[in-house]
Amino acid sequence: MSYAAVHDDEHHDHKPTGIGRWLFSTNHKDIGTMYLVFALIMFFIGGAMAMVIRAELFQPGLQYVDPQFFNSMTTVHALVMIFGAVMPAGVGLANWMIPMMVGAPDMAMPRMNNMSFWILPFAFTLLLSTFFMQGGAPAGGWTMYPPLVLQLGDGLPFLIFAVHFLGLSSIMGAINIIATVFNMRAPGMTFMRLPLFVWTWIITAFLLIAAMPVLAGGVTMLLTDKFFGTAFFDAAGGGDPVMFQHVFWFFGHPEVYILVLPSFGIISQIIPTFARKPLFGYASMVYATASIAFLSFFVWAHHMFTVGMPLAGELFFMYATMAIAVPTGVKVFNWTATMWKGSMTFETPMLFAIGVLFMFTLGGFTGLMMGITPVDFQYHDTYFIVAHFHYVLVPGIVFGIISGVYYWLPKWTGHMYDETLGKWHFWTSTISVNILFFPMHFLGLAGMPRRIPDYNTQFTDWNQIISIGGFAFGLSQLLLVWVVIKCVRGGEKATDQVWEGAHGLEFTLSSPPPFHSFTTPPEVTDATAHS
Amino acid sequence: MAEEATRTAKKLFVFAIAMFGFGYAMVPLYDVLCDVTGLNGKTGEISQTAVETGYVDMERLVMVQFDTNVNTALPWNFKATEYTMKVHPGEIAEAVFVVENNSDKDIVGQAVPSVAPSQASLFFNKTECFCFTQQVLAPYERKEMIVRFVVDSELPETIKTMTLSYTFFKALDSDAVVSDTSPAKAIDTKS
Repeated sequence: MSYAAVHDDEHHDHKPTGIGRWLFSTNHKDIGTMYLVFALIMFFIGGAMAMVIRAELFQPGLQYVDPQFFNSMTTVHALVMIFGAVMPAGVGLANWMIPMMVGAPDMAMPRMNNMSFWILPFAFTLLLSTFFMQGGAPAGGWTMYPPLVLQLGDGLPFLIFAVHFLGLSSIMGAINIIATVFNMRAPGMTFMRLPLFVWTWIITAFLLIAAMPVLAGGVTMLLTDKFFGTAFFDAAGGGDPVMFQHVFWFFGHPEVYILVLPSFGIISQIIPTFARKPLFGYASMVYATASIAFLSFFVWAHHMFTVGMPLAGELFFMYATMAIAVPTGVKVFNWTATMWKGSMTFETPMLFAIGVLFMFTLGGFTGLMMGITPVDFQYHDTYFIVAHFHYVLVPGIVFGIISGVYYWLPKWTGHMYDETLGKWHFWTSTISVNILFFPMHFLGLAGMPRRIPDYNTQFTDWNQIISIGGFAFGLSQLLLVWVVIKCVRGGEKATDQVWEGAHGLEFTLSSPPPFHSFTTPPEVTDATAHS
Repeated sequence: MAEEATRTAKKLFVFAIAMFGFGYAMVPLYDVLCDVTGLNGKTGEISQTAVETGYVDMERLVMVQFDTNVNTALPWNFKATEYTMKVHPGEIAEAVFVVENNSDKDIVGQAVPSVAPSQASLFFNKTECFCFTQQVLAPYERKEMIVRFVVDSELPETIKTMTLSYTFFKALDSDAVVSDTSPAKAIDTKS
């Protein structure tokens, strides 16, 4: 049906008008835009919660919020950032770019695409409405461990149904992406000619389809334990609360790669463009990404080293975790080799991409430290883990998404963004993000526990520095909003190729691309495939 | 092309639903894994005859410690009469526990055992245990309960002390069971 719709509009670039254009949209570009705008809004909502956390932690003792609300802030901050900001941003970029990159007219299932987006606002209405309920918002950590999470008041079913909806949305999005890439590639666009962003997204989509249903199953068990008398996680009825941790992390570890792989894909597009060299080791990049995804299903218990596992289990999960460093190392060295002897320029997308390369690797190293079972007993649930996953999530993933936004913004809008403001955004973000997260390593090693609104006075100095970094980082992100709005409203006209070194089908289209692109599939040869 | 895409999507939906099922399948798989490996301190059950014909290692003595806990939802007292016991691997030993209902209501409780260290749990077998059944206590009733157990003579030499820990929980269906069973008696359930 979509093909017919596309065909009808082929000769006139007709856009639906009014609110209906967005509500009933089946256009991958409009849906991509909605995903990205939604992600930006959620990024600021989750960010506001982080600001509350940092304000409370500016001094020891309790200042602004009570401990229950503080714990709601840490819990909902995580849920909003992971499911509301990072994942929708990734899907938004996939929606915008994948059909143009593979030479398809649209996504394979445009109506399902519409549905998977519009589920999100409903899911987050459910989640955020818990703040106004008896018992408050979820406060037992985003990992939702029973029995603590079951003590939540009226908000519990809302939390669980929100997770169900989010899972449904991302599974539909993932199915759509795979169906598009598998069936709608332009003639000549073989799998080994796909741009790496497309490759990382196929693999991410498979991870989503394999992992999200397991989470849905786990939270359904929580629901029936609470309301229907089952005892999956209740020892009184023969269940085991530790089993939830196994189910959760069986989802949770692939989830971290679901978050990071699209970012890897983005910088794999950007680094060759600004190094003006083809990506080093294309095939090894594909295999490394697939290996990371495969291994991610066998390492989940490294989140649970302190739960009480037999030695053999601890060793297995330690070695499996270490093994992931190998394909990740392949990728890091390939990016570095791509830049080696390239004619590099440092426009904003490249700056953010290099930021990802440096700071993701740093976060990866602390991950390796925690993968070592005996030392993890010291790091577990301290600020060291907070530092680790924020290094991979913020300068690793959020920077990757931002670099993608800067890279493709001229393509989307037809205007160049303000390069000076972009550079300001990069440098303020990079400096503040390190002031924000680096000292957390020290606090963690010194023994400051996570998810606690108060701390011993000897931790005060670093906490104040961290909070200042946090506020600066939060404010810096307003620059992004400014740049994007300014770019949408006008600016220097962007060429079709946008960047001197850019290759790929999306750069053969006009800037901005027509509402319906590639209604006649392009012919892809080695010369026009990925550089 | 559109039909192909729909076919791909259908296959992937089936895969997603299968993974949802896998989430549930992890529950029995986890139990099996725990039984096989002794993970989580799961202990074994053994028949009386198998024990009587087994080999007793008179050379060795193993210290068994008893630890008792009561979940806060259950208004009971629960103690072991002796806190430690020395046994020869292979010999049948018996430990006595005392449980007391502090409330004025009939309550059903269920004890959940665990053995530490987990390597030892594979070698800890019970022939009789109050944890095999739910226990019903009348108001202020006091009851002695026994555990008859055997430490397998195959127990590694390195393990010299092990702890048997029990936690008593209020049975999930306590209220329902109490209202349609009288007088108080033990109700058969799985261990």
